[in-house]
Amino acid sequence: MTTAPLEKTSSVGRFGLSHSAIFWIGFCVIIAILVVAPYVLPPFWRRFLTEILIWGLLAMSSDILIGYTGMVSFGHSAFFGLGMYGAAGALLLFTPNLWLALVFGLSGAAAAALFVAFFSTRLRDIYFAITTLIFSQIFYVIIFTWTEVTGGENGLIFTRPHFTVPFLYDAKFNAYTLHWFVLAVVAGSYLALRRIMRSPFGMVLQSIRENEARTRAIGYPVERYKMVSVMLSGLFAGLAGVLYAVQNRFAAPDFVFFITSGDTVIFNVVGGIGTLVGPIVGAGFFQLARELLSRVFGDQFPYLIPLGMVFIAIIIFLPQGLLGFARRWLNR
Amino acid sequence: MEIPWDLVVIQTVNGIVTGMILALVASGLTLIFGIMDVVNFAHGELFMLGAYVGVVVIGATGNFWAALILSAMIVALIGAGMQIVTLRPLIGRDPLNTILVTFGFSLILQNYALWQFGPVARRIPEPMSGYFNLFYLQYPWYRIVIAVLSAAIIGGFYVFLKYSKFGVWIRATTQDRVMAQAMGIPVPWVLTGVFALGASMAAASGVLFAPLVGVTHTMGLDWVLKAFIVVVVGGMGNLGGAIGAAIFVSLLEAYASIWVSPAQAVIVSFIVLILTLLFRPTGLFVPTPK
Repeated sequence: MTTAPLEKTSSVGRFGLSHSAIFWIGFCVIIAILVVAPYVLPPFWRRFLTEILIWGLLAMSSDILIGYTGMVSFGHSAFFGLGMYGAAGALLLFTPNLWLALVFGLSGAAAAALFVAFFSTRLRDIYFAITTLIFSQIFYVIIFTWTEVTGGENGLIFTRPHFTVPFLYDAKFNAYTLHWFVLAVVAGSYLALRRIMRSPFGMVLQSIRENEARTRAIGYPVERYKMVSVMLSGLFAGLAGVLYAVQNRFAAPDFVFFITSGDTVIFNVVGGIGTLVGPIVGAGFFQLARELLSRVFGDQFPYLIPLGMVFIAIIIFLPQGLLGFARRWLNR
Repeated sequence: MEIPWDLVVIQTVNGIVTGMILALVASGLTLIFGIMDVVNFAHGELFMLGAYVGVVVIGATGNFWAALILSAMIVALIGAGMQIVTLRPLIGRDPLNTILVTFGFSLILQNYALWQFGPVARRIPEPMSGYFNLFYLQYPWYRIVIAVLSAAIIGGFYVFLKYSKFGVWIRATTQDRVMAQAMGIPVPWVLTGVFALGASMAAASGVLFAPLVGVTHTMGLDWVLKAFIVVVVGGMGNLGGAIGAAIFVSLLEAYASIWVSPAQAVIVSFIVLILTLLFRPTGLFVPTPK
């Protein structure tokens, strides 16, 4: 990794504000914009924005591996899908309850992540990427063929749980509260992940990315750190899956398929790996471009051809992604 | 449980036939990986593209063998173009970039095929119609011909690698890229040539296999996944291992599909992969490094 020159050694920026003050002001402004957005946007775009946030969370979870630990996962659909089906199971088997769905979804994703982490962290680089891909296909085949439990190709349809705070509050989700709930979860996840990545644990992950052999030589149990990193990543991907299930009220095997993992990788690369917010920007950019292209040229237009070319161009000419210029700043 | 011996024999033949095709696909993949350090995610799409070019050529000429040769040549050119435009700038960067770029290519090619040819499967007629009796089945000779042809292509490739001048260049580049360059070997063009060669092998297997299943734009992913499994099980970059693993995995899947549905039989190859990763992470056919 190249080290960029330090722009200003002091923590005081141009306007006399410290780095963290600028960060928090920026954070609050963006959150404020996202909070009021549903009042301004027409219903379609409101839903679109909520969905971008969910995809952004999925991509952000995968950034832990790609951007911080230096392992590209092509199998995030498994965690996303298990979160989804876990939530579906909780909503179908018991009286629909948001928190129960969350617990079930996260357990499903955690179980899948434990399984994948145990085997795939024995391998590095490309081998890791391929094994995660193949593991996600295992889950796909199981979910696709086990029709009695998972509904097979048709998936599962369920009702959306109420938004409840035990003993205090109980109301149906509407488009606004759903958006705010998703926003709160995504923003909270971002802050949590940012904190984790700046903690000693996160530093070890980044040192594995920079030089695995040296990290091992210092005495860190690299395999264990990698396993925890895969599980952490899987857990947040599962969270995204639960949110998606709650928003759309169905779980389908398509989301466990490789396409979802591929999209996740695209969001990361386009937005900028190792920034946590980059993947959300990437998700927004990609979904917006997809939507606009199919609006301008019609439904039959193969929008992935121009987008694939943009993707390749970004890898070659802009390997840090759209937000790459801000990477050091965001991680400080 | 009683073992249906006639089915076992039939499935052995089936497994060897698909195994040979898979070996052809996987040897292109492992060649590109072993020599260029490129994981070609678009390999399945080259396979698919080869089959579609075959469909077009057969539509124009009606000759299967012309389609086989033309398709291999055209896809080799496409592969060379891909390599020059996108993979060459990435030489010297982290190999993970190559998996991303080729993944981008697989998206483009897949959607191009869908856009150009539509979602309905195309058929390539079998070039020969003879049958022989295998128990109660009329087993087509063509399937045997596929296996033999695949073996011949792989064998020819091996001889080419071993004895031709370009083959020597390829092996020299694998051993030491810098030294090879210093000896006057045009390394960038060797890499382009290798990619084109791998692409043409994928295309040839696509045309050979197309009469059995029909050509769709999604056929690539199935194959690239299987080829990846085979390449990891056989040991990355190891040609002999890939061939052995291809036949081994295909036979297991064929036997498994006697008792479970073909969709579930895929899980057998996943299990083989997991066991390999657990006990011999460098590959079944490679001695474990001490």
